Amino acid sequence: MSHPSQAGHAHGAGAHDSHDGSEHAHDGSLRGYLTGFALAVILTVIPFWLVMGPVSLSHQTIILIVLGLAAVQIVVHMVFFLHLDTRSENGWNMLALIFTLVLVAIVLGASIWVMYNENANMMPMSPQYQHQKPGS
Amino acid sequence: MPDRSAFWNFLLGRLSLSSLPLHNSIVVGTFIVVAIGGAAVLGLVTWHRKWGYLWREWFTSVDHKKLGIMYMIFATVMLFRGFADAIMMRSQQAIAFGSNMGYLPPHHYDQIFTAHGAIMIFFVAMAYIVGLMNFAVPLQIGARDVAFPFLNNFSFWLTVSGGMLFMASLFIGDFSHAGWLGYPPVSELQQSPGPGVDYYIWGLQLSGLGTLLTGINFVVTIIKLRAPGMTLMKMPMFTWTSLATSGLIVVTFPILTATLFLLSLDRYIGTHFFTNGFGGNVMMYINLIWIWGHPEVYILILPLFGVYSEIVSTFSGKRLFGYSSMVYATVSIMILSYLVWLHHFFTMGSGADVNSFFALTTMMISIPTGVKIFNWLFTMYRGRVNFDVPMLWTMGFLLTFTIGGMTGVMLSVAPADFLLHNSLFLVAHFHNVIIGGVVFGVFAGINYWFPKAFGFRLDPFWGKLSFWFWQIGFWVAFGPLYVLGLMGVTRRLSHFTDPSLQIWFIIAAFGAFLILLGIAAFVIQIVVSIRRREALAVGNDPWGGRTLEWAASSPPPPYNFAFIPRVHERDTWTDMKESGYQRPLQGFNDIHMPKSTAAGMVLSGLGFVFGFAMVWYIWWLAALSFVALIVAAIVHTFNYDRDGHISADEVSEFEHSGNWEPKARGAIA
Amino acid sequence: MNTIAIDRSPSEPRQFLCREEEHPRNGTLLGFWLYLMSDCFIFAALFACNAVLGTNYAGGPSARDVLDLHGLAVNTALLLVSSVTFGFAMLEMARRRNRAMLGWLAVSGVLAAVFVGLEIHEFVGMIAEGAGPDRSAFLSSFFTLVGTHGLHVTVGILWLIVLMVQLARHGLTEANRRRLYCLSMFWHFLDLVWVGVFSYVYLVGVLR
Repeated sequence: MSHPSQAGHAHGAGAHDSHDGSEHAHDGSLRGYLTGFALAVILTVIPFWLVMGPVSLSHQTIILIVLGLAAVQIVVHMVFFLHLDTRSENGWNMLALIFTLVLVAIVLGASIWVMYNENANMMPMSPQYQHQKPGS
Repeated sequence: MPDRSAFWNFLLGRLSLSSLPLHNSIVVGTFIVVAIGGAAVLGLVTWHRKWGYLWREWFTSVDHKKLGIMYMIFATVMLFRGFADAIMMRSQQAIAFGSNMGYLPPHHYDQIFTAHGAIMIFFVAMAYIVGLMNFAVPLQIGARDVAFPFLNNFSFWLTVSGGMLFMASLFIGDFSHAGWLGYPPVSELQQSPGPGVDYYIWGLQLSGLGTLLTGINFVVTIIKLRAPGMTLMKMPMFTWTSLATSGLIVVTFPILTATLFLLSLDRYIGTHFFTNGFGGNVMMYINLIWIWGHPEVYILILPLFGVYSEIVSTFSGKRLFGYSSMVYATVSIMILSYLVWLHHFFTMGSGADVNSFFALTTMMISIPTGVKIFNWLFTMYRGRVNFDVPMLWTMGFLLTFTIGGMTGVMLSVAPADFLLHNSLFLVAHFHNVIIGGVVFGVFAGINYWFPKAFGFRLDPFWGKLSFWFWQIGFWVAFGPLYVLGLMGVTRRLSHFTDPSLQIWFIIAAFGAFLILLGIAAFVIQIVVSIRRREALAVGNDPWGGRTLEWAASSPPPPYNFAFIPRVHERDTWTDMKESGYQRPLQGFNDIHMPKSTAAGMVLSGLGFVFGFAMVWYIWWLAALSFVALIVAAIVHTFNYDRDGHISADEVSEFEHSGNWEPKARGAIA
Repeated sequence: MNTIAIDRSPSEPRQFLCREEEHPRNGTLLGFWLYLMSDCFIFAALFACNAVLGTNYAGGPSARDVLDLHGLAVNTALLLVSSVTFGFAMLEMARRRNRAMLGWLAVSGVLAAVFVGLEIHEFVGMIAEGAGPDRSAFLSSFFTLVGTHGLHVTVGILWLIVLMVQLARHGLTEANRRRLYCLSMFWHFLDLVWVGVFSYVYLVGVLR
C-alpha cells in the first residue's frame, strides 16, 4: 500500500497530552532503595522508642509525633520505593493520588468529626460500655 | 433449622424445602409466570439453534458495543422486576386503609420496598449508565475498544451474577426487609436471622466489584485511548461526564464493599461493628454507607447530564453552549459530591455545627447543576430545535429535574429536614430526580443511540407515547406523595388508619398505572421498530450528529474505525463534515483486536455459586467454589494469547457493507 | 490512494485519519495504580472504624492489654526488609539478570510469609486468651483492619508464586515485565498501609 505524505501529522500531535512520555515507571537505583530503607528505619525506630522507651512526654504529644512521622514515612515510601513523581503516566498517577489523598482525608476526618459529635450528643452510655480504661 | 440428619445439614446448610415460599400465592404465581416465560425463551433459542451464536457472538464477546447492549437488555429486564415491586406497593397503599389490610402482609411488603430500591439503583440505573458508557464512550473517543476488554466482559457478568442472586431470593428463601441500604440493627443477625440480608450483601458485593472494575476500565480508556489530537478540552461532553462518573466509582465503591464486608462480619463471625452491644456503633454504618451513597447518586446522574448535552446540541444544531463551564461544573460536582453525605442523616444528632456544614455544602452543589441547566437552555436558544423523541425526553428532564432539584434544596435546609426526614416528601424528591434525571436520560440515550447500534431508528410514534405516559404518569404518581409528605406521612408504611389520606394514594396508584403504560409503550416501540426495521433504516448519521460515533457505520464494525480518526476540533464529526471529509474505501490495514473469552462468565458463575453457598451456610460449597474461583483466575493469567486480528480484506468487506446507507428510505432522513 | 480529506482552504490541509496502524497504548500500569487508589478507600473505611470504635473496649481487654509491641517491631522489620529486597529484584530485572531476580523475589516472598505466619500466631494467641474479634468493637476493628492487610499480603505471596512460575517459564517478556511492575507497586503499597497500621492501630492505640 502506498500512503500519501503525512502532512497532517504535525498538527494534532503537538496538542495532544497523553501520547508521548514513558509508559513504564522507572526502575529506581540501588542507592535510592538504600536511602529509602535507611530513612524508613529511622522513621520507624523513633516512634517505637517514643512509645516503648522511657519518654516523659504527654500522650497527646507522642500521638502527634507518631502520626507526623508516619505521614513522613509514607512520603518516603512513595518517593523511594514506588518512584512516584509528577512525570509517571504523564502526571495521571500523581493526580489520582492527590485526589485519593484529599478524599481519604475527608473520609477519615469527617467520619471522626461526625461520629464524635454524635457520640457526644446522642450516646449516654452505661458505665460498662464507657470506653476509657483507667489510666489513659 | 429443620429437624434432619447432620449429613443433610452439612450438605444443604440451612437450605430446606421450607425455604421455598410455597405458602405465598403471589410468589408462586410469579414463579409460574417466570418459569413459563423463561422456558419459552430458552425453548425459542434452542428451536432456532441460536445457543452457539449467542455464546460466540455475545456471551463471550469482549466487544464494548455488544457488552453495552447486553447491559441495556439486562437493565430493562431488571426494570420490569423493580417496577413490578413498585406497582405492588402503590396498589397496596391505595387499598390498605382502616379495616382493609391490603393483600401484602408487612413482612412481604418490607421485602418489596427493599428489593425495589436496591434493584432500581444497582441493577437498573447502574446497569443502564454502564451500558450507555460502554456503547458510546469508545466510539466517541475514536478508540477500537476499552482499555481492558476482558475485564469489561467480567464486569458485566459479575453484575449479572449479583442480579441473579437478587432474583434467586424471590423463589428460594426470602429477601432483605431492611430497606435498600440495609441499616443495622435491623440488618444484623439478631433482628434478621434469615437469608434475606445475606442475599442482599452478596448480590451487592458481586455487582459492586463489577462496577469498580468498570470504573477503573473507563478512566484508563478515556485517559489512554483517545484519538490523536483529542485533548481533554476537545472531548465530547458525554465522555467527560463518563470520566467523572468512573472516577467517582473508583473512589466510592470500595467504601460500599468495605461497609457491607463489615456488616457481613457482624453477621457471620459475630464481630461488633454495628451491633447495639459490646461497643458497636450503628451510626458508623450509616455514616459509611452514605459516604458511598451520596456520590452514588452523582455517579448515576452525571453520565445522563452528558447524554442531555449531546442531545441538546445535536437537536439544536449548535455547539454546546458554555462547554468549558460544563466541564468545570462536572468536575466540581464530582468533588463536592464527596462532601455532602451527612444530609442523609441530619436528624441523627450530629449537632448544629456539623449539620450547618453539610447543609451549606449541599446547597453549594446545586450551583454547578444550575449552571448546566442554563447551559442547556442557552444551547437551545435561537437554535432550530428538532423535537424528535430524544429531545422530548430532554425537555421533560429539564422541567422535571429542575423541580426535583428545588425540592432537594428544600431538604438541604437542616431544620426543614427535621420535619421532612423519612417522609413521603423525601420519597417524592428522590424519585423526582432519579426518574426525571436518570430514567428520562436513559430513554433519551436509548432513542438517540439505538440507530447507531442497530442501523434503524426506534419508532417515533410509540416513543412519543411512551414519553407522554411517563411524563404525565410521573407527576400523577409523585405529586400526591409531595402533598402527603408535607402532611407528615412517613415512608415504608403498609397500612394507614386515617381515611382522609386514601384519595391521594389512589391518585398515586393511578399515576403508577400510567407509568406502566409508558413502559408498555416502550416495549411496543422496540417490537414495532424491529418489525419495521426496513422502513426505519437509517444511515450512519441520522440526527446530524456532532461527535465521532456518528462517523462510524450503523451498526459499527467490530473494530469501530478502519482508520483511527485524527481530531482537530471539539465537535469532530461536524468539523469533518464541514471540511468535506470523504470516507476511504481502500488501503486498509490489518487490525489487532482482543479475542473473545469465556473466562469472565466462568469466574462470575463461580462467584454466584460462592455467594449462594454463603447465603445458605453451605460451607463445603462455599470453600470449594472459592478455591475454584482462585484457581480459575490463576489459570486465566497463564493465557498469554489474547490477541486476534481482523485482516485487511475483512475490513474492506465491512467498509463496503450496507451499514453505511439506509436500505430503504427512512421515516426521517 | 487519493486524498482522504480536502479542506476548503488549500493553505491548511488537514488529515482526519491516522493512516498507519497505531500501536495501542497499554493502560495496565495506570489501571493497576487506580486499583491501588481504590484499595486506599477500603483501608480508609477500616481505619475510620478503628478511629471511631478503637476505644470501645466494652469491659474487655484494652489495646494496652493485648497488643504486643515487640512482636510488632519484628513484623514491621520483616515487611520493610521485604520491600527493599523486592526493590533489588526490580533492579535485577532492569539488568535482565533473571536468576538473581528470581532469588530476590523468593527472599521477599519468604519474608512476607514469615510476616503472615507471625500475624496468624498473634491472632491465635489473642483468640485463645478470650480477646477474639467478637469480644468488643475495639477487637472487631483491630482484627478486621490488621487481618485485611494480612489478607492482602497473602494474596501478594500467592501472586508472587504464580508470577515466579510464569517468569521461569517465559522469561522477561513484555507482559511479564508489566505484571512484575504491578506486583511491585502492590508490594510497596502494602508496606505503606502497614506504616499506617503500626503507627495508628498499635502505637497510638496503646496510648489512647
